[in-house]
Amino acid sequence: MENALQLEVVTPDKQVASRMVEYVSAPGVEGEFGVLPNHVNLLSALAIGTLRFNEGGKSQNVFISGGFADVSDNKVTVLAESAELAEDIDQARAQAAKERAEKRLADRTEKVDILRAEAALHRAIIRLNIAAYR
Amino acid sequence: MAALKDIRLKIVGVRKTKQITKAMNMVASAKLRGAQARIECFRPYAAKFRDMLGDLAGKVESGAHPLLTVHDEPKVCVIVLVTSDRGLCGSFNANLIAAANRLAQEKSRIGMTVKFICAGKKGRDFVRKTKYEILLGYGDKMGHFDFTLAHEVGMEVINGYQELSMDEVYLIYGEFVTIAKQVPVTLPLLPLQTPETPAESEAAASGARSEYLYEPQEEALLAELLPRYVKVQIYRGMLDTSCSEHAARMAAMDNATRNCDDMILSLTRLFNKVRQASITSDLMDIVGGAEALKG
Repeated sequence: MENALQLEVVTPDKQVASRMVEYVSAPGVEGEFGVLPNHVNLLSALAIGTLRFNEGGKSQNVFISGGFADVSDNKVTVLAESAELAEDIDQARAQAAKERAEKRLADRTEKVDILRAEAALHRAIIRLNIAAYR
Repeated sequence: MAALKDIRLKIVGVRKTKQITKAMNMVASAKLRGAQARIECFRPYAAKFRDMLGDLAGKVESGAHPLLTVHDEPKVCVIVLVTSDRGLCGSFNANLIAAANRLAQEKSRIGMTVKFICAGKKGRDFVRKTKYEILLGYGDKMGHFDFTLAHEVGMEVINGYQELSMDEVYLIYGEFVTIAKQVPVTLPLLPLQTPETPAESEAAASGARSEYLYEPQEEALLAELLPRYVKVQIYRGMLDTSCSEHAARMAAMDNATRNCDDMILSLTRLFNKVRQASITSDLMDIVGGAEALKG
């Protein structure tokens, strides 16, 4: 009886994580979902958010910005546009991005791509949240 | 005597050229290692992506998404040409450009309008000299690009295709086979051909794949996956091209260094011959002078 999951997080630029874990929770587009060993096969699109996993009783967070998760045969593969482990998040950069996005949203006079600015703000806030709880 | 000095200067010149080509070879090999590492990192992503899409595409009918639909009476063909920014890498860029040119002529002949999107200065400079229109041109980007570049190019062709202002899109890039071998590849990008599922019949027989949960529904998921697949393909083309470029440059510079060696050798031989000849004629002069004095 298997009771471990193999988690792989890959982005176009690098493999962010590859490890054996007990539990994974991922931010699906239709809400967060959890994966335990022997989960049914699943393919889901991911939103911007936090991927959590438990490894050796300890919980860890990963920042995920869009992508897909594939669960099959006790293997969870996450293909993300970008992904950062909590300890790798550049807090200063996220803070700066947040301020920049807020400024752009506040200043609606000129032609501002509101959707883009909101997405940037969303990403920055989640990054900061993860960084705060590491 | 002038000849002797000329030869010596030439040897010095060739030796300096050799230093440069040798340095360029080393730089190219260092960059190649970096580019290869990036490909290595990207490969698992691309492979996983293909698997996922292959699984999914088998489930939905063709034509379920605008990017899969083949346009009737194609009029506009867009060629995404990925080349390097710099020269001195043998026939690498020339091969890519030739492949692009061939495709463009073929499409023009059957009455299609050909437009280009160029990543890499060499290709862009070539297309500028032709009658074809350039929709997007990137110079000085191939040295340090990331997924955003593929994203930009991808969005352009996806939007163009969905707005029906493009009917066929091809990607031309230099595939990195080995360090000694790079081939220009012409890949039809749109309409999308979904990767084949090799074990489709087998999987269908065992029914293993049918137990998949999809979130959101297949069609919506496909709509998310397909545009990204286009970008993944473009990014792969860019990574391969940059890898191939460095490998081609390495080979070209290696050849150049060897040619320099050959040249130095033959020039040194010539130098010695001329030197000996001049010593001999000097001696003859001295002996002749002495004989004349004696007389």
